[in-house]
Amino acid sequence: MSTPLLEISNLKTHFFTRAGVAKAVNGISLTINKGEVVGIVGESGSGKSVTGFSIMGLVDEPGRVVGGSIKFKGRELLTQSVEEWRNFRGNEVAMIFQDPMMTLNPVLRIDTQMIEAVRTHEKVSKAEARKRAVEALAMVGIPSPEERVKAYPHQFSGGMRQRVAIATGLLNRPDLIIADEPTTALDVTIQSQILSEMQTLCRKTGMSLMWVTHDLTVIAGLANRVAVMYAGKIIEEGAVEDVLDKPLHPYTEGLVGSVPSKNHRGEPLYQIPGMTPSLINLPEGCSFRMRCPKATEKCHCEPPVTETANGRRVCCFHPNL
Amino acid sequence: MLAFLIRRISQSAVVLLVMSLLVFVGVFYIGNPIDILIAPDATPAEYARAVHELGLDKPLWEQYTIFLKGALHGDFGNSFVYNEPALKVILDRLPATLELAFTAMFIAVIFGIPLGMVAGMKANNWIGRNIMRFSILGFSLPTFWVGLMLIIIFSVQLNWLPSGGRGETVMLLGIPVSFLTLSGLAHLILPATNLALFKTSLAIRLTRAGVQENMQMDYVKFARAKGLSETRVIGLHVMKNIMIPVITVLGMEFGSLIAFAVVTETIFAWPGMGKLVIDSIGVLDRPIIVAYLLITVTMFIIINLVVDILYSILDPRVRLGQER
Repeated sequence: MSTPLLEISNLKTHFFTRAGVAKAVNGISLTINKGEVVGIVGESGSGKSVTGFSIMGLVDEPGRVVGGSIKFKGRELLTQSVEEWRNFRGNEVAMIFQDPMMTLNPVLRIDTQMIEAVRTHEKVSKAEARKRAVEALAMVGIPSPEERVKAYPHQFSGGMRQRVAIATGLLNRPDLIIADEPTTALDVTIQSQILSEMQTLCRKTGMSLMWVTHDLTVIAGLANRVAVMYAGKIIEEGAVEDVLDKPLHPYTEGLVGSVPSKNHRGEPLYQIPGMTPSLINLPEGCSFRMRCPKATEKCHCEPPVTETANGRRVCCFHPNL
Repeated sequence: MLAFLIRRISQSAVVLLVMSLLVFVGVFYIGNPIDILIAPDATPAEYARAVHELGLDKPLWEQYTIFLKGALHGDFGNSFVYNEPALKVILDRLPATLELAFTAMFIAVIFGIPLGMVAGMKANNWIGRNIMRFSILGFSLPTFWVGLMLIIIFSVQLNWLPSGGRGETVMLLGIPVSFLTLSGLAHLILPATNLALFKTSLAIRLTRAGVQENMQMDYVKFARAKGLSETRVIGLHVMKNIMIPVITVLGMEFGSLIAFAVVTETIFAWPGMGKLVIDSIGVLDRPIIVAYLLITVTMFIIINLVVDILYSILDPRVRLGQER
């Protein structure tokens, strides 16, 4: 295979807070190939959003990427100049956010916000940029886009706004879209519409998608591959059907087990005992060991990454092999 | 929009009517102007004649009706002191006050907003902190003291700028203005700075708070994720959101700037309305006081209306005329 689209190796993004250093992303490696849909799953605070922001070079203060490398089409991103970053964002990789109510500027019209996204990367006329905006809106299923493009964000519903955000992301035909829980704030019906539209879009345009979510059922229907994050690390990675059907890591097993299913109606849902550890004060060795039913003395050391068939990786002393 | 305007204008008429009644009654009970105006050695006959001439022997309600009838025709009565129509006396002074207020507001905006943006973006370094220190001073130092200090430093010690008066004026569209002559400008700088200090601090704080709040918003991150330059993210996206509260508050404050320029005008002997009304209160010149207050209220009403309209232009979520 040729160079992968995105290659993250040993990325570390830490937040230097007054209380201490929060290791939000603590040495993750992940590869995304062209046309692939990769899901990143994990609880709140597991570092999945920060991974997305690190790729975009948009980690907020007091956070900083402190180590590792992010290569896009073989090019190192972390050493880019400010101007190179600006050219990269929105052009080669686009990002859409969780809350569609907040991502669009409330006081600017949709066309202003979409046209500027085109014209910041390409010298085209306003009319040409507007035409592209209208096409993009049509592509994500917004009815009568010629008129709607003149509206303000508050004139759209939540689901429609998220479509506008996705359309904005598509404007410059990026190779990768990072979607940071884009359907979490939406109704289930709207969610499934948007999911199926994203799938179609990826298939049509050949673009890759990195879908960050805490919802395993979304991943199951959408992604080819999934990476499970816990306390700033990827603890398991593999093809979606493998990971969900036969989780190797006890944490993934717990996650899969706690999804409600109709086979266990009326029974109490499974819960992973305990809470996510504080990122400032991570336990030594495996950060899941305090909650893990299989933890032993060994787990006080850094667990090894085991690679198995079909590109599966798991980071545990006691995987369910 | 039209419905909104009509409703606002009719509301304003009611406000003015109530206001006029309150002021009229209030001034009536403050004291008898004849006691101040008439020579102490006047005979009772002279006294009675003066009272009769000014119409002060009529009952309060009758005085008010006469006043109201006149006011509807734009006649607020003659000033007891100047023996000229009160409205004319005030309007003669209005340009000076307006010029002072506009200049002060201009200073507040061109210094306050940029400084506030810097303070908001660099909240944790020394520039941001020093801007905030300055704004605390601007807020807390009393206007009269700052005015006196400005005079001591720039007029008395350095002898750079005149300490009082308005300087040469030229006519601009039939209104005398001083900012177009060198001498007028020199006279304008100190009082305008004095008056602007508080508003500048206010603009700094409002802008800073707005920047800090808006920079955290997802829309800023999304704008950056689109690849926009930082200039555009801040200059357009953040700026347009911040301007909503800033314009609202500064607009409202503009009214108070006009109405309460009194202190500054007194210190710098600026021949404006504020100085006039202080003098008039001293001699209980009723027509001037009443007319002044009504003009001030009218200005407040107009300014608020303009602010509301501006607000609806800036914030697309606000649509005028759909309230209720």
